[in-house]
Amino acid sequence: MQSVESFVVISLIKSVIAVFVLLTAVAYSVWLERKVVGHIQNRWGPTRVGPFGLLQPLADGIKFLFKEDITPPHVYKTLYIAAPMLSVIFALTSISVIPIGNWVTIAGVHTPLQITDVNIALLIILGVTSMGVYGVALAGWSSNSKYSLLGGLRASAQMVSYEISLGLSLIGVLIMAGSFSLRDIVDSQSGVFWGFIPRWNIFHGQTVAFFVYLMSAFAETNRMPFDLPEAETELVAGYHTEYSAMKFAMFFMAEYANMITVACLATLLFLGGWHGPIWGPAWMQAILPVFWFLAKVFCFLFLYIWIRGTLPRFRYDQLMAFAWKFLFPLAVANLVITGLVVALRS
Amino acid sequence: MLHLALFSIFGAICVAGAVNLLVQRHPINSALSLIAVMASLAVEYLLLGAEFVAAVQVIIYAGAIMVLFVFVIMLLNAGEEERTTGSRVAILFGIPGVLLGGVLVAWTLIQRSGTDEVALGALPGSPTTIGWLLFHDFLLPFEVTSLLILIAIMGAVVLAGKPEAETRQAGKGH
Repeated sequence: MQSVESFVVISLIKSVIAVFVLLTAVAYSVWLERKVVGHIQNRWGPTRVGPFGLLQPLADGIKFLFKEDITPPHVYKTLYIAAPMLSVIFALTSISVIPIGNWVTIAGVHTPLQITDVNIALLIILGVTSMGVYGVALAGWSSNSKYSLLGGLRASAQMVSYEISLGLSLIGVLIMAGSFSLRDIVDSQSGVFWGFIPRWNIFHGQTVAFFVYLMSAFAETNRMPFDLPEAETELVAGYHTEYSAMKFAMFFMAEYANMITVACLATLLFLGGWHGPIWGPAWMQAILPVFWFLAKVFCFLFLYIWIRGTLPRFRYDQLMAFAWKFLFPLAVANLVITGLVVALRS
Repeated sequence: MLHLALFSIFGAICVAGAVNLLVQRHPINSALSLIAVMASLAVEYLLLGAEFVAAVQVIIYAGAIMVLFVFVIMLLNAGEEERTTGSRVAILFGIPGVLLGGVLVAWTLIQRSGTDEVALGALPGSPTTIGWLLFHDFLLPFEVTSLLILIAIMGAVVLAGKPEAETRQAGKGH
């Protein structure tokens, strides 16, 4: 049994590391996106700052900090300032329950590789991401501009609609694992079929659920082809039209942090988490699970960027019809079939 | 000790949010206070050991229903309320009524304090227990409730939808 002091110290250290790693990952996924989309469009992307433009995120950050922070005169001030903060807070909170590997012992402290291991982790993530829509909606409303308002309205309608199919697509996985704990869900996916196909949920009856999750997750994070809330050809920049400098950067950070959370969740629920081939000496066996986890998250992020560079945007009526008439029935059907199969087997 | 302190703090936030909900003149501020009330209620549930109820409270009330409230306020672009000087009925019956209700609740609580004390987290609150209760012990009431909600939704659709003839005419006109 550990004392309260050591619990507080360990939690603080882990929180600081997690936030630092997440923000660095956010900065470099922006770099990755600019680079990959550049190459897709036959350009080079950032090249000037550092080798391969690697210091570009740093330069961007400094630019955001020193830019003039304009507050338009007609805004509803309290909410206008609070909205980007809410976005970032909710985006960073959801990372706290995500495990990136098994238990480790560092300097005599035996601890899981996540900030806290709670048995309703998945529900916490769903709750926090569902609160995240307030940042966008309030930004759109408090800006007191028609483009922002339209963006905020679109965002809230879209996120409420897609959250249903997102939640339903996860329930199949929950039925298979029999637990809300992300650690238990990952543990339920260990092992292989016929000696080579990993027993990940995506190969184990939840293939449809994975694709429903994939599409709902794209919509939840307002990414192409679902980026109607900030469709620049119609709405200037949507809900963040009136924001500048660091306040704008906060929305940007929140969007990419949400992308990373969604990628982590996909990895944990459908792609077997940190399971993968493990060999070699003890230190490699300790590092490899974390490596596999990060590699899968990277692939998912790459997919995000790839799709952004490939697909055009939906029309708004298509977006709503897709959510309610296609994804939702599909998710329900998957849920019913999974439930039946699990009930018949047990 | 920490539990009690957190419980009191979030209880105070909850009450303050509820009061603020009534005092604020702009509907969006009232909606945001209601979200604060919902969220602190969720923390209270969590502190009492009902983790599943807490998570569902956040997801459904704070995350879905209140988003729709905010959505409607934004869509209708509701402005500030006008304040009236207060009706005579409210002063004559409302305030004594509230006082009487408060005294009754406090009296009941004081009468019952000390009996039937339950330790924190001793009551069933895990997802497994709640699932078992909902889909085994209370299956029929649960299904009947869901049917009632479905009927209410259909009623709302019928009331909100335009009559068919009117829609057709509008279609011809354009």
